[in-house]
Amino acid sequence: MSSMAVHSMWTTAAEPIAKIPAPHIEYTQLSPVLIVLGAAIVSVLVEAFVPRKGRYHSQVFLSVAALAAAFAAVVGLAAGGYGSTKAHIAAMGAIAVDGPALFLQGTIVLASIVAVFTFAERRLDPADHGHKVDSFAAEAAAVPGSDQEKAAVKAGFTTTEVFPLALFAIAGMLVFPAANDLLTLFVALEVFSLPLYLLCAVARRKRLMSQEAAVKYFLLGAFSSAFLLFGIALLYGYAGSVSYATIARVVDGSIGSVDPALADTMGNDALLLIGFAMVLMGLLFKVGAVPFHMWTPDVYQGAPTPVTGFMAAATKVAAFGALLRLLYVVLPGLTWDWRPVMWGVAIVTMLGGAVVAITQTDIKRLLAYSSIAHAGFLLAGVIAATPSGISSVLFYLGAYSFVTIGAFAVVTLVRDAGGEATHLSKWAGLGRRSPLVAAVFAVFLLAFAGIPLTSGFSGKFAVFKAAADGGAGALVVVGVISSAIAAFFYVRVIVLMFFSEPKADGPTVAVPSVLTSLTITAGVVVTLVLGVAPQYFLDLANQASVFVR
Amino acid sequence: MENLIALLIGAPLLGAAVLLLGGRRLDRTGHWLGTLLAAASFVIALVLFVDMLGKGAEDRALHQTLFTWIPVGTFQADMAFQLDQLSMTFVLLITGVGTLIHVYSIGYMEHDERRRRFFGYLNLFVAAMLLLVLADNYLLLYFGWEGVGLASYLLIGFWQHKPSAATAAKKAFIVNRVGDMGLSIAIMLMFTTFGTFAFGRVLEASDQASEGKLTAIGLMLLLAACGKSAQVPLQSWLGDAMEGPTPVSALIHAATMVTAGVYLIVRSADIFNAAPDAQLVVTVVGAVTLLFGAIVGCAKDDIKKALAGSTMSQIGYMILAAGLGPIGYVFAIMHLVTHGFFKAGLFLGAGSVMHGMNDEVDMRKYGGLRKYMPVTFVTFGLGYLAIIGFPGLSGFFSKDKIIEAAFAKGGTEGWILGAVTLLGAAITAYYMTRVMLMTFFGEKRWQPDAEGHEPHPHESPKSMVIPMILLAVGSVGGGAVFEFSGFVEWLEPVTGFEHGHAPISAAAVTAATVAVMVIGVGLAYLQYGRGPVPVVAPRGSLLTRAARRDLLQDDFNHAVFVTGGTHLTRSLVYVDHSLVDGVVNGTAAAVGGLSGRLRKLQNGYARTYAVSMFGGTAVLIAATLLMRAV
Repeated sequence: MSSMAVHSMWTTAAEPIAKIPAPHIEYTQLSPVLIVLGAAIVSVLVEAFVPRKGRYHSQVFLSVAALAAAFAAVVGLAAGGYGSTKAHIAAMGAIAVDGPALFLQGTIVLASIVAVFTFAERRLDPADHGHKVDSFAAEAAAVPGSDQEKAAVKAGFTTTEVFPLALFAIAGMLVFPAANDLLTLFVALEVFSLPLYLLCAVARRKRLMSQEAAVKYFLLGAFSSAFLLFGIALLYGYAGSVSYATIARVVDGSIGSVDPALADTMGNDALLLIGFAMVLMGLLFKVGAVPFHMWTPDVYQGAPTPVTGFMAAATKVAAFGALLRLLYVVLPGLTWDWRPVMWGVAIVTMLGGAVVAITQTDIKRLLAYSSIAHAGFLLAGVIAATPSGISSVLFYLGAYSFVTIGAFAVVTLVRDAGGEATHLSKWAGLGRRSPLVAAVFAVFLLAFAGIPLTSGFSGKFAVFKAAADGGAGALVVVGVISSAIAAFFYVRVIVLMFFSEPKADGPTVAVPSVLTSLTITAGVVVTLVLGVAPQYFLDLANQASVFVR
Repeated sequence: MENLIALLIGAPLLGAAVLLLGGRRLDRTGHWLGTLLAAASFVIALVLFVDMLGKGAEDRALHQTLFTWIPVGTFQADMAFQLDQLSMTFVLLITGVGTLIHVYSIGYMEHDERRRRFFGYLNLFVAAMLLLVLADNYLLLYFGWEGVGLASYLLIGFWQHKPSAATAAKKAFIVNRVGDMGLSIAIMLMFTTFGTFAFGRVLEASDQASEGKLTAIGLMLLLAACGKSAQVPLQSWLGDAMEGPTPVSALIHAATMVTAGVYLIVRSADIFNAAPDAQLVVTVVGAVTLLFGAIVGCAKDDIKKALAGSTMSQIGYMILAAGLGPIGYVFAIMHLVTHGFFKAGLFLGAGSVMHGMNDEVDMRKYGGLRKYMPVTFVTFGLGYLAIIGFPGLSGFFSKDKIIEAAFAKGGTEGWILGAVTLLGAAITAYYMTRVMLMTFFGEKRWQPDAEGHEPHPHESPKSMVIPMILLAVGSVGGGAVFEFSGFVEWLEPVTGFEHGHAPISAAAVTAATVAVMVIGVGLAYLQYGRGPVPVVAPRGSLLTRAARRDLLQDDFNHAVFVTGGTHLTRSLVYVDHSLVDGVVNGTAAAVGGLSGRLRKLQNGYARTYAVSMFGGTAVLIAATLLMRAV
């Protein structure tokens, strides 16, 4: 740094500052986030002050009510034109209120509501010591197998903390796709990641596996956060700002004046490209793209299944939202740099997910690899770099999240003495014993495979069409080949369920309460409606596909 | 008035629905209902006919649109009917002869326990056939076309307990599918060429399309006609179709359905007029078939198969006439109607004979029946005289006109076609005289059947005899009525008409026709009338033996299509098993193997995962920088 620059800094600092402007926050426009965040805090207070007996019901009520209110707020904002004409950047440039943000927030909130239903399910296992049990450990802090744990079980403790944790995570996810500067992005990432790490650790059965999953997720998540943060620092060095709009303008050259303090680094393309690659890596980690996907199978398998469903759906929606905004708002001037790289990532993700899924023997791991393949399909839509690419990804995310939560909800129903019977061999002949459950699961599998008349087909078609129109025909070819490979293992499960002899010691299908039934019903209904009559929702996604800059 | 058109079809359709869905409670009355509804359709046809006669020649066509059948973009098909003079002629023939045959069937099928179903199928046939001739566009015609195909299939195989009948039905259906494919291709070509398949618009625009396209459409329509009308090369099913009950043979496989091909060609006159190459092929097909059928008819000892050969041959005349263009269309239809009368009458007569002879069909086991069934003898005899073209009877007028028109074609073609039609007339006289002599004259040759029942030939009941008499009246008078009542002027507005100019005078043609007829009759008399007819057929010449096997049509089809098709499918299956499955299974195995290897990377250690992420990021950064560099 030259002496001139140092001097100027001194003089700037020495000048009297006339007035610090009070931050101007548009509370109404941020209401979806604020409602969920507020409810999360109240929920913590419930843990602290409501007697143990009343906590479960208070928490479930509070969570569902808060999410319903948040959804109403999203709808209200969209109806008020904030998704289109009044779209703008709120909270001093930190948060965008626009079509994609509202669409994704709506999707996240809806998916969260049905996910919370599965959190609250207490009918699947018989009562333990006279206390109803859910999917979560009696006392997560107790060492597995210890006397303390046994005492907690006997006393009928339940980990109702999952509700405030989920609410915090949801709040972070709501901010993530709306974040309009890199710091907000990072904060939102951590706000939703940290509760998820914890949620992964609190399974009631197979506790060691659950804790292992949580530790892995945490370690790798922290690792990727470090990359992301480093990337943010580099981008700041490049643009002199963390604001998306400013970075975009530096990239396209409309801001040329160099901040003297950053004279050496600003405008240095190496910083831009390396920083971009690192931020990208942080987001690709969250969406589970190859080669940043390796946490996915272990964590999906180890986490309590309701949490897996929630994570697989809502996290993916939030992360893809953030990815879209980053690529379309911050780096449109860099399209020719990021597209080839993303091509590569999409191809290995589609093929990797589909190929490795073939040899899986555990239904949860199978679904994990399936989610990786689907991340690849979504990336194909992202790469289209056209408005129809945005809308197709939005539609796909909405369709996919309900199929996923529904599928994992069905997984919670198939049980044997050791809890959920997730090994595929146990699913043989399920169609003979429980035709309804098997049929519902078959619907979800067909949707994953992208068979017409299911939402999976509409979504995949929209994404591939956008990609082909956007000049990524080769990517579509790879996508279709991957779909064909993926169809194999989805159909294999259907064959297993319907055309194999049931085993004598096979699992039983638990009769769920109305909560899980609602979740599964919602999944089936959305899957079929979006498959048979997708036009309204495609139009909605189309209208919501313009980012505010 | 046009609102009656739908009723024409509706009446028999209702009959079919009621009889087929009504169940056993209709077993006792069903045949009356079926006959009544066919008659009702005939009455409606008469009302429409009288109304039509009262109008000027150009205003006679009626149209009725019920609803839009298939609206898909520019593809518009209406459920719409058109009743003009051509359709009217067919409607009268179908409902008139149809009603008579319903009446006949009451007696003929009296002892059949599935008689209700039989009448249901007959009604279904009448409805479909009416739809075929009343449709105002090719797609709806196709619907009727398939409908009569279905009814034909159901009725040929009506005695499905006989394997031969079931096989014959299947054969008729499959051979007809080949023709149907032609019709569907023709309709597709029309849609791509004209953007429509309504008669009016296609035929009006037909002079604007290229001749190549019109020839293609014409040939495809001819293929369709060959299938439905049993013309060479799709003729093989008609002989076997005689497995059906005789009233079916009379109505469907003589008088009406098999003439649908002639209707199709005459209806598409404008297309053929603009495609002379297609027309030439039509005449060739007609000429070949007329000789083919006649030769087969000479050798058959089964009375119905002999008549079937004759049908094929007579339709050959019609197709030939239709291929001659405006000089022939009217006569094709005229022969079609007179043939409808006398051939239906001949079949009903054959049915009557079989009825009296314990269902024996071998003419070598008949003989001298004129004494036992006099009415059958007289009506059959009148039909016989009509078909051989005895002067004054119906066949004489219509056939003579076709022979004249064939000569009028002009040039070498005209001479060849004229000679073929004359030769056909001689053979017709020969084989029909043979049938007549073997059945009604000579010594009685019948023997007890396998169970020892001696046949007791007797005249058939009234319900069978009366239709035969009425048809005989038509066979006698039909030609003269047409000749002197202005049939040509009646049809001309629809089909067009030109006077042909034959290189030889009409009188000479007529004289030649009568002469060859006399020669044919004389030859047959020399062979079958003077001495006893052997009960066991003599070995015969090579041609006779080939003709008994239908001129080897089935051997040819078997060798070329069945064997060839089997080989083709076998080799395709082989390719599928070895090559396609090999590639598919190989790919699957390769993917599975890859999957198994990649899976090992997922070893459960967070450190490995972290390395993967680190490496991935490094590649990401390198690739991004590289992209900028290049």
